[in-house]
Amino acid sequence: MSIDLSQFYEVFFEESFEGLDAMEAELLNLVPGEEDSETINTIFRAAHSIKGGSGTFGFNSVADFTHVLETLLDQIREGSRDLTAEHVNLLLKSVDCLRALLRALQAEQQPDLTEADELRIKFEEILGMRAASKVAEPVQEPLSENSINTFQIDFKPHHHLFKTGNEPLYMISELAELGDLETQAFQDAVPDITDLAPEDCFLSWRFFLTTEKDQSCIEEIFEWVEDDADITITLCGGLFGDEVAVSAAPSTQVETDNKNEKAATKPDAEVKKVSAVKSTTTNTESTSIRVGIDKVDSLINMVGELVITQAMLTQLGEQEITEATIASLQEGLAQLAHNTRDLQESVMRIRMLPISFVFSRFPRLVRDISQKLDKQVELKLLGEQTELDKTVMEKISDPMVHLVRNSLDHGLETVDKRVAAGKNPVGTVTLNAFHQGGNIVIEIMDDGQGLNTTKIREKAIKNGLISEADDLSDNEVNELIFLPGFSTADQVSDLSGRGVGMDVVRRNIEALSGSVEVSSAPGVGSTFTIRLPLTLAILDGQLVRVAEHTYIIPLISIIESLQIDITKVSRVGKDLDVLRLRDEYIPILRLYSIFNHQGAIETLDKTLLVVVESDNQKIGLLVDDLLSQQQVVIKSLEANYQKVDGVSGATILGDGRVSLIVDISGLIKLSGLRKPGSQELIIESKANLEAS
Amino acid sequence: MIAAHDDLHNKLNIEQDQDVKQFLTFFMAEEEYGVDILTVQEIRSWEEITVIPNSPDFVKGVINLRGTIVPIVDLRLRFGIPAIEYGPLTVVIVLKVELENASKIMGIVVDAVSDVYSIAEHEAKAVPHLSDSDNAQYVAGLVNVGEKMVALLDLQKTMDI
Repeated sequence: MSIDLSQFYEVFFEESFEGLDAMEAELLNLVPGEEDSETINTIFRAAHSIKGGSGTFGFNSVADFTHVLETLLDQIREGSRDLTAEHVNLLLKSVDCLRALLRALQAEQQPDLTEADELRIKFEEILGMRAASKVAEPVQEPLSENSINTFQIDFKPHHHLFKTGNEPLYMISELAELGDLETQAFQDAVPDITDLAPEDCFLSWRFFLTTEKDQSCIEEIFEWVEDDADITITLCGGLFGDEVAVSAAPSTQVETDNKNEKAATKPDAEVKKVSAVKSTTTNTESTSIRVGIDKVDSLINMVGELVITQAMLTQLGEQEITEATIASLQEGLAQLAHNTRDLQESVMRIRMLPISFVFSRFPRLVRDISQKLDKQVELKLLGEQTELDKTVMEKISDPMVHLVRNSLDHGLETVDKRVAAGKNPVGTVTLNAFHQGGNIVIEIMDDGQGLNTTKIREKAIKNGLISEADDLSDNEVNELIFLPGFSTADQVSDLSGRGVGMDVVRRNIEALSGSVEVSSAPGVGSTFTIRLPLTLAILDGQLVRVAEHTYIIPLISIIESLQIDITKVSRVGKDLDVLRLRDEYIPILRLYSIFNHQGAIETLDKTLLVVVESDNQKIGLLVDDLLSQQQVVIKSLEANYQKVDGVSGATILGDGRVSLIVDISGLIKLSGLRKPGSQELIIESKANLEAS
Repeated sequence: MIAAHDDLHNKLNIEQDQDVKQFLTFFMAEEEYGVDILTVQEIRSWEEITVIPNSPDFVKGVINLRGTIVPIVDLRLRFGIPAIEYGPLTVVIVLKVELENASKIMGIVVDAVSDVYSIAEHEAKAVPHLSDSDNAQYVAGLVNVGEKMVALLDLQKTMDI
């Protein structure tokens, strides 16, 4: 009997990563000197299951490393060793290291053990066991490797072995797979039938295993029962061959007895096995997405209703059509529409996950950075249960990390400065998430010094983003940090300003059809507010008509729509018209000409212009008519066709027709309005325009 | 042994079946073309379509096929045959095309659907190389069905747009 263990690898990795996350979270809660035993126990249990699991699956590098970790934790748990800050740091490092090891194993690569070995040495130094047992082991291995050896294994299980769910027969058959196995069972401990407790194990065994595998392979088999049995493994060369042959005969008989006895205990063992299998299946599902059972239940309910409605409609369809049936048919159809809408909403909800998945990585991040910067920081997480789309979640994490790093690095002051300013020496960074309208809002607040407007102004002037003469409000100055080319060299530290400026943060968030803004008060702190759509699958769109074609412009990028006043239009160059709108010049893009459609309105006067913004640039789109606004479900054009320039996707309108969604930044590229390789529009300089 | 014999027998049968394929044929400019019937998803009548801006002229646009966006190619224009007005017989054949790295659902506009023929693969003859015809590349082979000649399309090349 052999089980293909590889099918459980994914589950093991998943569980181990979860275990590591749990360890990390608990370690961050630990304060040396006032640790509570429950926290230590949780960490210990996580480490223990990782060790056990990796041993079972033959990931010995992980198992060995976790073993020392576990030993230390065990001592702390028992109180024989006090927890120190050094321990916590070392344990946190080991969590990282284990994570790296497991990632490598998951990717089926050879893990890099240098860091693990260094950490292990440190652990062993702490434990005072350096150069003791650990060194002895490797010496044995070369001896047993590649040569055929016979091991004598004495296996004497304790009476309660079966109660722990272990089945000796499995271990014996596993042993048999390693090589030639001779079995000898001792039944002298079996009591009289009247005294026999059927759930206890009274047998013990002696095995002679002739194998080319080394001792560790044998130890591995007995790993789970080492606390429940006396096991001795001795190497005895090929000497016992004859003796084994002799003792083999009685052993068969014993084994049959043994089987009878086990019949009583088996159900118990089997029940345990079944439950184990069950828990694995649920975990396999979790590798993709974890959905609350309530959501699934509500889906099932809705499908049930849908089936009922469908059955009702079928029945109506079979009847002769009269006035009365038409009425109930209409009623049924209304119900069908209702069911469908509910179902759609519920299915959408499945993709929604609580934002705590993102938030949970920040305690560690804040701890590490604040240590590095020697600042005292308290992290507050609010609204962790706020749900948002999984895809959005995966993409928002990096920009958030960047913003939090900035807050810690630039926002919060050092302890001295805070005390001097009469503030609490411990700075606070707050992450807050909540729903607002159809959006999710994430706030990253700190109570630090706030943005330094004078400095930002100076820097912006130096980098040529604004001129000396520009009179900007504080808010406008703060907005400058999001411009490309703002981040400068003297800002570079280990943490922030490594070339990934705030412009990248903004661009990433805008790629999710979101927005980010900052508000700040000197000495009080700054707040970054990220606004994101709840899902990427649905968008609010403005339907517009160009000739006989209907297009959709994402509502989020529309600033305003207006009728062109021809007196405010001037022509730049050969064929570019710009509209003077208050103090800005908006280039006019003729959608019909970019999309090559005939029959659209070509005169500018009194024609509708939709002013949109993308990548901080405003352009006006000339359209024939503004139609309704509605939510549309985004469909991919690429699935069956290919990427179309200036179009981000398609959707199906209420009447079943397909309509294309306009991609603003793609349009700008398509129109040739932007200089190749530059972020700036061709008509950037206001001075040029005013001259023309 | 008997089981093994049966197995062998079945295998041979399957191989024979594999050789014979069914082809759906359709007309375009009086010529008859065929596509493997297993690639055909459905046959629809011509309906209003959404134009894709700046696409090649033979890509007529996209339609909504029960929630999936499906591009429609006019095969006449693809082959450089002069276009005709779409009439009541004009049909769209929706195909599942296995392209290099993806399988795509696409529709082709043809004049009229004709018939379904079973054609053994070995009956198909190679296309004679005619230097003046670009369209030869879209044809995988030629077969005679009775008096007629049917051109079997190489869908991968035809639909690689």
